[in-house]
Amino acid sequence: MSGIVVVLESHNGQVSRISWEALAAAQKLASQTGLPLGAVVIGPDTETQATEASTKAVSDVIRIDHALLDQYTPDGFTHALDQFFAKDKPDYVVFPHTYQVRDYAPALAARLGRVLISDIVAIDEGPVFTRQLMQGRLAGTYRSLGSGTCFISVQAGAFRADAVESGSAQISKYSPTIEPHQIRTRPGEPFLGAAQTVDLASAQLIVSVGRGIKDADKIPVAQALATALGAELAASRPICDNGWLPMERQVGSSGHTVSPKLYLALGISGAIQHLVGMKGSQCIVAINKDPDAPIFEVADYGIVGDLFEVVPALTEAIKAAKQ
Amino acid sequence: MKIMVAIKQVPEQEAHIHIDAESKWIDEANIQYALNESDAYALEEALRLKEMHGGEVIVLSAGPERIATTIREALAKGADRAIHIECDDLGSRDALGVARLLAASIKPETPDLILTGLQSDDLGLGQTGVILAELLDLPHVSLTLHVEKTDTGLNVKRELEGGWFQQIELPTPAVLTIQSGGNKLRYATLMGIKRAKTKEVRRVTAADLGIDSPPVAVLERVALPQKQRSTQMLSGTPKEAATALIDKLKFEVRVL
Repeated sequence: MSGIVVVLESHNGQVSRISWEALAAAQKLASQTGLPLGAVVIGPDTETQATEASTKAVSDVIRIDHALLDQYTPDGFTHALDQFFAKDKPDYVVFPHTYQVRDYAPALAARLGRVLISDIVAIDEGPVFTRQLMQGRLAGTYRSLGSGTCFISVQAGAFRADAVESGSAQISKYSPTIEPHQIRTRPGEPFLGAAQTVDLASAQLIVSVGRGIKDADKIPVAQALATALGAELAASRPICDNGWLPMERQVGSSGHTVSPKLYLALGISGAIQHLVGMKGSQCIVAINKDPDAPIFEVADYGIVGDLFEVVPALTEAIKAAKQ
Repeated sequence: MKIMVAIKQVPEQEAHIHIDAESKWIDEANIQYALNESDAYALEEALRLKEMHGGEVIVLSAGPERIATTIREALAKGADRAIHIECDDLGSRDALGVARLLAASIKPETPDLILTGLQSDDLGLGQTGVILAELLDLPHVSLTLHVEKTDTGLNVKRELEGGWFQQIELPTPAVLTIQSGGNKLRYATLMGIKRAKTKEVRRVTAADLGIDSPPVAVLERVALPQKQRSTQMLSGTPKEAATALIDKLKFEVRVL
């Protein structure tokens, strides 16, 4: 068989939301190219996920089950999928762009002499794939060359999970051969990093600070605005890396995903890793001194200026408005 | 422990970038370059491991003449020597092509540990380290925050999504890609800068390495990103802009 294969990722036996988004992208690619689309679920026992996937518009669902896939390891997943693709030789393989996929898909592609076109946000006629460059300041159009498999991974939020078309597919099984010694890393149980004392995910108003705040001493400027608004204070990764705010206040791919009514971004340039965590906010306000900052691409309201002048003025105006 | 660190020179984060005349890449004139952020953390982790366990830190970078300054910076911070893979066509090589150059330079050194940053701030492919592991047939962990040497190899802390982490044990030799923020970065001292001038930088070319790797994925065109929302820009003095924003939040967004 040739065609398109989407690799669905699951957590606790459930196909993850970003995997359905990848399926939506794969369905778009299938309608553009006219190729058949199959879905792969992979793990120790994928019956539940396979049943779920079989209700979607795919030609078939393949269960790649093996006891050694119980805990994710890059070796286990690479071996299993490499064997399956050697048999199946798909034209396209579509992944969700998750931390797990980033950990093994580049190796899998390299094993076949191919590369992963990672973190794509759009698919257009060709097909060509758009991905962000220079931390989201530019968009680049990529094309796969040669006759081998084209591997792509799809950015969270780039396609809509609710756009996945329904259908009815048959389920089949593929049993890879994996030997225990082929798995060279020994992963421990996942654990939560920081104490969770704030609930950013359900906050309605968020004031978030980025590199533009310059110094730990300046955090109170943002805190004053958050207090006046009755908002939670959050931050982009560099602020938490520097220890200026605790890790639990980090928004982005390595932190929280938030969708408040109002997200006020202060001195945040808008790197991809941050945007994926907040672009679902109902209203985004960006204050930044750089008019070309990518944060303005997703903002509803923007102020170009020095945050140390604008934010105190805003804090005063809010206090006055609330009186 | 013999540690090799693959680093990349990228446009500075604050650099004003413009698309070049052919819409193929950015106009490189007048751009300030710097060491890629997560690569700086990879170098820091290597220097710390050397301080604790002894050994050697070798930095490795592919690129044109201008990357020599970034290589010197790494040497000034404490790396012992460097390999500069001279190539002016880095942009036309794909991730596999670049990793093949690096792997060919790493192999004869037989290091115990190979570190790279998680991803570059310019292309952001985030694949070099993982592909290197595959080409060198070594185990790897990506998104690593902390590295601890054990009797049998390494015990590392890996970042997962949404604030979760995981400890992973693996044997050496191994490849790790390093996430930003695991350590505090050091600055080069005056003494370090002085010493760096006499440290060995070995230059090799792609031809020397015998690597001819035609790309299997190409960047065809670069453009400004499409706006995802229509943005109302609020201008005026800080006070005027603030007042205008309050009006919007009150009457359009209705959150005040």
